[in-house]
Amino acid sequence: MDFFTQLLNGLGLGSIYALIALGYSMVYGIVQLINFAHGDIIMVGGYAIYVALSMAGMPLWLAVLVPIVVCALAGVLIERLAYQRLLTHNAERISLLITALGVSIFLQNLFMLVFGSEAKTVPPMFGSNSVELGGLSVASSTLINIVVSVVMMVILQLLVNRTKIGKAMQATSEDAGAAKLMGINTKNIIMLTFAVGSILAAVGAVLYCNTYPQIRPTMGNLLGLKAFVAAVLGGIGSIPGAMLGGYLLGVLEQLTKAYITTEVTDAVVFAILIVVLLVRPAGLMGRNRKEKV
Amino acid sequence: MKNGKKAKVLAAVLSAALFVMPLAGCTQDGGAEGDTIKIGALAPLTGDVSQYGVAVNNALKMAVEEINANGGVLGKQIDYMVEDEKGDVTEAMNAYNKLVGQGVVAIVGDVTSAPSKAVAQRANDDGMPIITASGTDAEITQTGKYAYRTCFIDPYQGKLMATYASKELGAKSVAVLYDSGDSYSTGIADAFEETARELGLTVTNKEGYAHGSTDFNAQLTKIKAGNPDVVMLPVYYQDVVLILRQAQQQGLGCQFLGADGWDGVVPQLDGDSSLNDLLAKSYFCSQYSASSDDPKLQSFLTTYKEKYNLDATMFAVLGYDTMYILADAIERAGSTDADAIIQALSETEYAGLTGTTTFDEDRNPVRESVITTFENGNYKVLETYQA
Repeated sequence: MDFFTQLLNGLGLGSIYALIALGYSMVYGIVQLINFAHGDIIMVGGYAIYVALSMAGMPLWLAVLVPIVVCALAGVLIERLAYQRLLTHNAERISLLITALGVSIFLQNLFMLVFGSEAKTVPPMFGSNSVELGGLSVASSTLINIVVSVVMMVILQLLVNRTKIGKAMQATSEDAGAAKLMGINTKNIIMLTFAVGSILAAVGAVLYCNTYPQIRPTMGNLLGLKAFVAAVLGGIGSIPGAMLGGYLLGVLEQLTKAYITTEVTDAVVFAILIVVLLVRPAGLMGRNRKEKV
Repeated sequence: MKNGKKAKVLAAVLSAALFVMPLAGCTQDGGAEGDTIKIGALAPLTGDVSQYGVAVNNALKMAVEEINANGGVLGKQIDYMVEDEKGDVTEAMNAYNKLVGQGVVAIVGDVTSAPSKAVAQRANDDGMPIITASGTDAEITQTGKYAYRTCFIDPYQGKLMATYASKELGAKSVAVLYDSGDSYSTGIADAFEETARELGLTVTNKEGYAHGSTDFNAQLTKIKAGNPDVVMLPVYYQDVVLILRQAQQQGLGCQFLGADGWDGVVPQLDGDSSLNDLLAKSYFCSQYSASSDDPKLQSFLTTYKEKYNLDATMFAVLGYDTMYILADAIERAGSTDADAIIQALSETEYAGLTGTTTFDEDRNPVRESVITTFENGNYKVLETYQA
C-alpha cells in the first residue's frame, strides 16, 4: 500500500518537474537555446504569488492569476532584452548560453535585493489535507498537481497541433528561414514560445508553492536543473517527452528516497539518468536530428 | 601642482603613521601589569557565518561596557580586543596567535564549531583559558581543561527531549526526521534515538534528508506507516515550517518535538494560521526564551535593539552571559593567572539571562532549559526542565 502512496508522491513531484521541463523543451525546440534563466521564472512566479496573497491580500482566484501574468511578461521581456538581438544576428550558441546564465544571476540577485535572501512562507492555497483514495491516504496537493499538469499538457498539445499559431511554431522549429519565407513572423512566434513556456512555469510555481510553501531567491537553481534533466531525459524538444521525463524523474526520486537512500537521493537518481542517456542518447522520445547539409 | 605636492606630503605622513601605529600598540604589553585587563575575542565578523559572529561580538562589547562602567574587574578596566576570523580555521589560528601576542589573559571564542575546535586545542597547549558562547560540537571542550563553553552541546538537547517525551508526554513510540548534512541536526538526532532506546521507547523510524531538501513526502509517508506517538525534528525553523505543512497535507496527526533550531518558527510562519493546531501540541527546548518576563532579559533585549538596531538572537544572549561568567571568574580568582581563572570557572554559579549556570566535569554548562509550545501561532513558554 505504501508503495502506491510513494508512487503518487512521486507523480505529484514529477508534475511540477514536467511543467517546468516543457518550457525548456519548447524554447530549445524553437531556437536551440538552453534557457538557464527558466528555473528562475519559477522563482519569479513564487514571489508573485507571495506578493499577491501575503502582501496584497488578494482573494485566491485572483492571486493565482498574478504569477501567470507576471511570468508571461518576464519571459517575453527576457527574450526581447537579452536574447532577441543575439538570435537575429545568429550569434554563437555559447554567447546565448552565457547570456542565459547572466539573466539567471541577475534575477536571483534582483530578488535578493528586493525581498532579502531568507526563505519566505507562502500561505496555504488549496488542499492542505489528505484524502482517502481507494484505501490510500494521499495529500490532496499531490492529486491537484497530477490533474493540473495533465490538463495543461492536453491544452498545450491542442495549441501546438490544432491552431495556426501552433503550426507556425512547428514550422519555425523545423526551419526558421523557410518559415520566414512563408510569411510567418518568426520573431513574434519565438516571443510567444517564451511566453507559453513561462506561463507553464508559472502554473508549476503555483503548484510548487501549494505543495512546498517556501520560496527563496535561489530556489530556481536545483528545480531548474532537475526540470532541465527531465527535458533531456524525455528528449529535449519533444513535448510529450518533457512530460514523461518529468514524471519519471519525480517517481525515481521518491522511490529512491523511500527504498534506497534519503541522503544521496540525487546522486542515485542522476546515476540512473546517465545510464538511460547512454542507451538512448537522444532521450526517451527524442528524435536524432540529422544535420542539414 | 601645489595641490599635488600637498597630497604627496600627506601620503608620506599617513604611510609613516601606518608604520608607527602598530609599534605603538606593541609597547603596552602584559595583560595584567598595566591598568587594564585584556580579554580577547574571536568571531567571524565578515563572511558566510558573520551573522552569528556579529551577534556574539555585539553582546560581548555591550557586556564589557557595562562591566567597565560598574568599576571593571579586579578594579581594572577590561580592554576588549576582537579579531575577525571570517569563519575560517586558518584565519582563526592566526587571529588567536595575534591575540596571545597582544597579551590577553583569556579568550572568548570561537563562534562556529570547526574553528572553535582548532583554537581550543591550541589554547590547551598554551594554557590559555578559552570559553565559547556558541560552539556546540561536543569535542570542543574535550580538548582539555582550559576550554569551556556556555551553550548546550548538541547531544544534550536530544537527550533532554527524549526524556521529556517519555516522562512528561507519556510517549511510547518515537520517530526522528533530521537533516543528515548538518552536524547540529545529526548530533541531536543520534542522542535522541539513543536516549529513547535507553528509556525503553520504540523508535519506529529514523529518517534523514539531504541538506536543502524541500520535499519530505517520502520520509513522512514512511513515518506515517510507523505510526509513532511523537516525531522529533531537530532542524532549523525554515525546514520546520516546510515539514509541518507537508505532514499536515499527509494527515500525520502525531506530536512534533524540536530543539533550539525551532526558535524562529513564529516569524517564519508570517501570520499563516493553518499550522496552529499542529503547533499547539508541539514542544521544543531552547536555552532561553525571548518571550519570558524576566526583567533582566527584557532589559537586555531592549538595550541591544536600541544600540545595534538588530533583534538579539540566542547567540547574543549567550555571548552576553559568557562575558559576565568570565569576568565573574576573574574577579573570584583574584588574579589573571590562567590556572586561577580556570579553577574559578569550574566553581562558577552564575545567574544570567539564560538561568543559573554551573559547569560539569566536562566543562559544559548545566542549567535548566526552557520548554516552549505554541498558542494561536505564538510561542508560549511552558516550563523549565532539566533532564
